[in-house]
Amino acid sequence: MTQTPAIEIHHLVKAFGDFKANDDISINFYGGQVHALLGENGAGKSTLMNMLSGILRPTSGQIKIKGKEVVLHSAKDATVLGVGMVHQHFMLVNAFTVLENIILGAEPTNAGRLNFKQARQKVEAILSRYDLDIDLDARVEDISVGMQQRVEIVKVLYREADVVIFDEPTAVLTPQEIDDLLEIMRKLAQEGKAVILITHKLQEIRAVADITTIIRRGRVIDTVKTSECSAEDLATMMVGRPVDFDLDKPDIKPGKTILEIDHLNVVDKAKVQRVTDFSLDIHAGEIVGLAGIDGNGQSELVKALTGLMPIASGKVAVDGKDVTHATPRQIVRDGVGHIPEDRQRFGLILPMTVIDNMSLMTYTEAPLAKHGIRNEKAAVELTEELTKKFDVRTSSIHNTAGSLSGGNQQKLIIAREMSRDPELMIAMNPTRGLDVGAIEFIHQQILDARESGHAVLLISYELDEIKQLADRIAVIHAGRLVATESAANLTESEIGLLMAGDEIAGKETATNAD
Amino acid sequence: MNITTLLMTVVSTSLIYSAPLIFTSIGGAYSEHSGIVNVGLEGIMVMGAFSSVVFNLKMGNTFGAATPWLGLLVGGAVGLVFSLMHAVATINWRTDHIISGTVMNLMAPALGVYLTKLIFDGRGQTDILQHPLATVTIPLLSKIPVIGPIFFTKTSLVAYIGIFVSIAAWWVLAKTRFGLRLRSVGEHPEAADSVGISVYAYRYAGVLISGFLGGIGGAVMAQSITLNFSATTIVGQGFMSLAAMIFGKWHPVGAMGAAVFFGFAQSLAIVGKYIPVIKTMPDVIFTIAPYLITIIVLVAFIGNARMPEADGSTFIKAK
Repeated sequence: MTQTPAIEIHHLVKAFGDFKANDDISINFYGGQVHALLGENGAGKSTLMNMLSGILRPTSGQIKIKGKEVVLHSAKDATVLGVGMVHQHFMLVNAFTVLENIILGAEPTNAGRLNFKQARQKVEAILSRYDLDIDLDARVEDISVGMQQRVEIVKVLYREADVVIFDEPTAVLTPQEIDDLLEIMRKLAQEGKAVILITHKLQEIRAVADITTIIRRGRVIDTVKTSECSAEDLATMMVGRPVDFDLDKPDIKPGKTILEIDHLNVVDKAKVQRVTDFSLDIHAGEIVGLAGIDGNGQSELVKALTGLMPIASGKVAVDGKDVTHATPRQIVRDGVGHIPEDRQRFGLILPMTVIDNMSLMTYTEAPLAKHGIRNEKAAVELTEELTKKFDVRTSSIHNTAGSLSGGNQQKLIIAREMSRDPELMIAMNPTRGLDVGAIEFIHQQILDARESGHAVLLISYELDEIKQLADRIAVIHAGRLVATESAANLTESEIGLLMAGDEIAGKETATNAD
Repeated sequence: MNITTLLMTVVSTSLIYSAPLIFTSIGGAYSEHSGIVNVGLEGIMVMGAFSSVVFNLKMGNTFGAATPWLGLLVGGAVGLVFSLMHAVATINWRTDHIISGTVMNLMAPALGVYLTKLIFDGRGQTDILQHPLATVTIPLLSKIPVIGPIFFTKTSLVAYIGIFVSIAAWWVLAKTRFGLRLRSVGEHPEAADSVGISVYAYRYAGVLISGFLGGIGGAVMAQSITLNFSATTIVGQGFMSLAAMIFGKWHPVGAMGAAVFFGFAQSLAIVGKYIPVIKTMPDVIFTIAPYLITIIVLVAFIGNARMPEADGSTFIKAK
């Protein structure tokens, strides 16, 4: 290629002590292309991008922007040179309007006074150029996550970036929002911008990236044309071994009914009806996948089932025992395992150690306690055993749960819940934000639970996950169960339509199947 | 006492008592909008009161009628310097904001009385001021029928300045670059940092403004109400200002309104004996009224108010 790269990286090294997070990395990024950086969590993608955006400084090596060697001291330096980053955790002020967020730090003013008119003109020009629809006067806290991400993108464009870095941009989006985002990326590349996509999701790379660089353990494995590689090839390069996409799922005849949900209604504190007339049974040895777009009552359903939210009317029974108004502790003791939606807020107590977190559900019972006094030794033994069995990686089980990576935090929760051998496992987005290796492991655990005759309710925003694991698929829309079908009978696009609240023509779907 | 005189008395005493709270609560709002909780306002007011009194007594002959006004600036300057301690502790050393503020509150009265003893030959309180902030009758405005006598006769000019300052303070927060950036570091410091705003600098600005305004608040209190300095010059006005700020939902004009309301509650202790229905009530009720009302208001309103999201948090810049 004769074109000058928008960014050139030569032999870049970033060391933290003895550990080289980036080891001799060289990549060229060109304008007009979507260039994906593929790697597992901890492979060093974010370290690399933090150096490009001025947050971290390289130990050695060279960065050239538009052919000129640069030293970046701060995020502002990178901004001035036309490098902008759409952060994974949005950098938006909730209480501010969209417009205020976009201009913050680069405000047009008249003698210190904000010139909103001028700002609005500039932002509206960007919106129409990229065909984006955002209400500039809405407060950020009132708009959807997908919309917030668009605000982040406009923030970068407002600063006239030529290079736009997306750091794990789809982790929090719904399938529809992901499509929209990929479309925006394509458009940015068409406008001549260099788009860098950091991700571990193969599907997105296949859909949008022209070039893919695979990074493993801080080193570049290869840079390839995406169209010339299969998903399997990419995954193998990323993980360093062949990845099994087709999970081994033996046929199991469902046993007795474990979970019975009968005409459940849940109303939240603001008196809004969240779950309406919801009935569903799950049997032993069966995985039911509940599909739906974020915010259609899934969270409330799970909270009601696990005793974290009161049930307005209806009945819930686990293995024949009524737990409609039981406390969370009773429900735990009655054999329900719960992998919560938000592992950091509900699944773990981050400032406490791995040992304490592992004991959370059972610390009052033998062998972890005797006459109300904790048996530390038993807790340590249990934790050592479980961390080994479930591959929770930590340098010491005396570390805090907060010091673990996301994948290991999730494995810690799964170890704790599975080890109690629950009749019913409720798992909500169990693989959100995790890399391929960890996802594979967790999926296997869920299948193991099914094989040992447990009932599993899997709630996920990832359709792939539901298609892969579930025996039966239920679809929730606006708090109502709109369909339950055997997994083989529904195509992905049909589920998508049901999730959006549409009927499927010519297909009979059971509504609130009793 | 006729109705006009009664209303005039109620209005002017309310304003006199609210003036210290107005300045201090606006200061509190600035500190909290930058993300630093400032419970040290009480201590800042004590230092402002102390320094303005010393200035007023020592320099009164030099500056004459201008003395109390200059005293406000002296109180503000000393409050600003005193608040620097809170800024260093919370912003650089990442001390818990409440602890640091409490230290200031414990330190200020002791320091004030100690210095008073050093300066005034071992006495625990100062002489009475010769140049207090007197009430004024505002020309022209006081001639307006009905409103003039009630609002602009023998009234507190400094309270009107406070009302003006509250509006200016709101304007700065809402309409200027400085205000937007100040609020951004209090709402989401990482976001502010990511777009190149110095979180530390803006947090310093917020705390120092609260020190300056809190110092003025203390100086107003000492120079218009107690008229000297002792250990009991400031008795909870700093906390009341904090309450006024919360009652006003962190909005400078709202805080001012709340401060006027608290001033009215305090004025009841003085004018209550002239108001027919309630004059038969025991004095103790009027004395505790302002504190009681503060507590009730806080309990009733604190749940509804939306405070700056990162208020009370510390920020560590990545290296």
